Amino acid sequence: MTHPTPAVTDHWDQVREAAEAVLGDEIVEYIRTAAAQPEPASELISVLHKVQARYGYLDTEHLDAVAQLLQVPAATVSGVATFYHFFRLNKPARYSISVCMGTACYVKGADKVVNRLQEELGIDIGETTSDGLFGLQQARCLGTCGLAPVMMVNDDVLSRVTPEAIPAILDRYAKQSRQDSS
Amino acid sequence: MTANNATYQMTIDGREVSVDAGMTIMQAADQFGIRIPRLCYHPDLSLAGSCRVCLVEVEGMSHFMASCSVEVWDGMEVRTNSPEIRQMRRDMVELLLDNHPKDCQTCERDGRCELQNLAYAVGVRERLFEGERKDLPPESGSLSVIREPRKCILCGRCVRVCDEVQGVANLGRLGRGFTTYVAPAHGAPMDESVCIQCGQCINVCPTAAFLERSSTEAVWNALADPTKHVVVQTAPSIRAAIGEGFGLDAGTPVVGKMVWALRKLGFDGVFDTDFAADLTIVEESFELVKRLEGNGPLPLLTSCSPGWVSFMERFYPELIPHASTCKSPMSMMSTLFKTWYASKLGLDPSDLYVVAVMPCVAKKTEAGRPEHRMPDGTPYTDAVLTTRELIWMIKSCGIDYWNNPQMAVFDMPKERFDDPMGLASGAGDIFGTTGGVMEAALRTAAPKLTGEDNPQLEFNEVRAVEGLREVEVVIGDHTLNVAVANGLNNAKIILDKVLRGDRTYHVIELMACPGGCIGGGGQPYPPPGTRVLDPELLRLRAQALYGIDEQKTVRRSHENPAIISLYEEFLGEAGGAKAHELLHTTYAAKTPRGIR
Repeated sequence: MTHPTPAVTDHWDQVREAAEAVLGDEIVEYIRTAAAQPEPASELISVLHKVQARYGYLDTEHLDAVAQLLQVPAATVSGVATFYHFFRLNKPARYSISVCMGTACYVKGADKVVNRLQEELGIDIGETTSDGLFGLQQARCLGTCGLAPVMMVNDDVLSRVTPEAIPAILDRYAKQSRQDSS
Repeated sequence: MTANNATYQMTIDGREVSVDAGMTIMQAADQFGIRIPRLCYHPDLSLAGSCRVCLVEVEGMSHFMASCSVEVWDGMEVRTNSPEIRQMRRDMVELLLDNHPKDCQTCERDGRCELQNLAYAVGVRERLFEGERKDLPPESGSLSVIREPRKCILCGRCVRVCDEVQGVANLGRLGRGFTTYVAPAHGAPMDESVCIQCGQCINVCPTAAFLERSSTEAVWNALADPTKHVVVQTAPSIRAAIGEGFGLDAGTPVVGKMVWALRKLGFDGVFDTDFAADLTIVEESFELVKRLEGNGPLPLLTSCSPGWVSFMERFYPELIPHASTCKSPMSMMSTLFKTWYASKLGLDPSDLYVVAVMPCVAKKTEAGRPEHRMPDGTPYTDAVLTTRELIWMIKSCGIDYWNNPQMAVFDMPKERFDDPMGLASGAGDIFGTTGGVMEAALRTAAPKLTGEDNPQLEFNEVRAVEGLREVEVVIGDHTLNVAVANGLNNAKIILDKVLRGDRTYHVIELMACPGGCIGGGGQPYPPPGTRVLDPELLRLRAQALYGIDEQKTVRRSHENPAIISLYEEFLGEAGGAKAHELLHTTYAAKTPRGIR
């Protein structure tokens, strides 16, 4: 009885190469080490940390690639990534705005600042503008109550913000972004 | 730690009992006829302990305990029915209901819903808590399995069956807290995921969060259309389970009544998929003998289960060359309807409407595959109904003789399937159970391998396979290494052995669902006293098929006179050019690729 070699129908090589291209060499190497552990699934969170550190967020493409290379079901990877608040599933905005809603800031009218931001940007808390320029978050106490109400734009701390000042602030960052890219 | 054989003295509801150490409170209570209400628990799945319905009171403990997951100890005193625990249990179920839609009357599972039955059993008579509703969109893009996440109570049985029984792990819990929902990765549609459409999630769901995509409306319309000639075929396993839908005991074979009811529904021709099962065997054993002679890879993998075929294409594509190229019996049958049958009756195939009644929701996807379409692009199979859908159609039409006291169960009309595609051998009948395809193939291969006219007929060694079995079958001078697997986690075990080259297998029968088609994703919800995946229920359904087989005079597929004349009249040689064109198919690797 002979056993002819079956025709190649497997698509593992294409799937693997595509996944490696999505994640890049450094992370692929990290996953290779993780996959060799006795329980590769328990390395999942640390792999996702790496991916987020490298790309800033976790895209579905990243999650699928991690699933294939770590050989953990995509539904599990997706479940973990959506469970923990730490993981970001959307591309972060160019400028991330955090308005402090701690007690002191709130008393000083932080809610009105948030309202104005929502109006000007046309987005809700937790969302990003369609051009990817601004994202809006709330923060709890930033520890600078003397400057209330406080808001941060990326690493800049803006103090004693008023709703009326918002359009000019946004304008300034939009201009800066245009300058950066030209 | 206590030795395994230790017994404990404990009290359940005031009764002194002795119980094996290591049992849970629920298992102990079950032994003594005390059924603690339960929801997320399933004996064949891992423990979740998430629904909190099975809470009991344990003396000395400050809180109620989930009886499914707490092991008994010596001297334990358990109360399962105190006023406090009854109140707590009712509250738990009310809380589950408080964001559940109040749409029982229009729900597909009305009257057969576990949550509904549970609410009644624990005494929920008014809804005290009115919670926020989940605003999650339904997803009905797939041809087979649709999702209704608003009805989901997050018991997780579907997640567990998909992973632990089927090895597919397509479903996960996404998000957290109130907005958690069950879906494939990224919340993708079922048909863009690794879902193989087996429908076991539908079977284990206690509500209607998963359902088959209904085809009944299309079938009603075809039946009402005077320009259509509507034919129906019923799979082997329908007759073994359909009676349950009408209150007959599980395992009651129902052929005549089913045929009678289908005629009453208005089908112009009522045919038996078992006929095409015989045809499959003739083609597949031809393929096997050729491969045993060195033409083609071994082992030969069977290809009648569409859930398995999808699984192979996503999880084991490198084994595609091993798969039999035979279409499934359903698709062979439908192809013959629109070619041979249509020309015999002088009908244009476009005036023919082909309905298949299947125990399977994956058959709906199979029917839609491009490989199973006529040259003009229309499908060979126009609609696939599950057993559940047919039961509903019969009831909905007022065909009530099942419950008519004037007609005893076996006093049924002696109706038989129409010719020419209504005659089947006993081998075709047993296709619907695990091991059945293997036995049918061996029955046809045996005369070829031994040169005898009447060699061994019954192969008990491949019957009643619970999960996975490997056997050496000796036929004449030949020893065949065969394996039978049902439930895809079991399939994985044997397929990995094939890939590692542990052993040379000749034939492997694979069926996606536990027990084979009789346990398919489209079969009736389990009747009272049984449960989903219940081995006893599966045994009874299988027994019905073996009983039908035993009563047949023709029990080998190739001896079926209707099959012999089909080849003489139309197909020519088994494995010939015409047979290849019409009865064989191809497979291809699919994405997303599954994780093994």
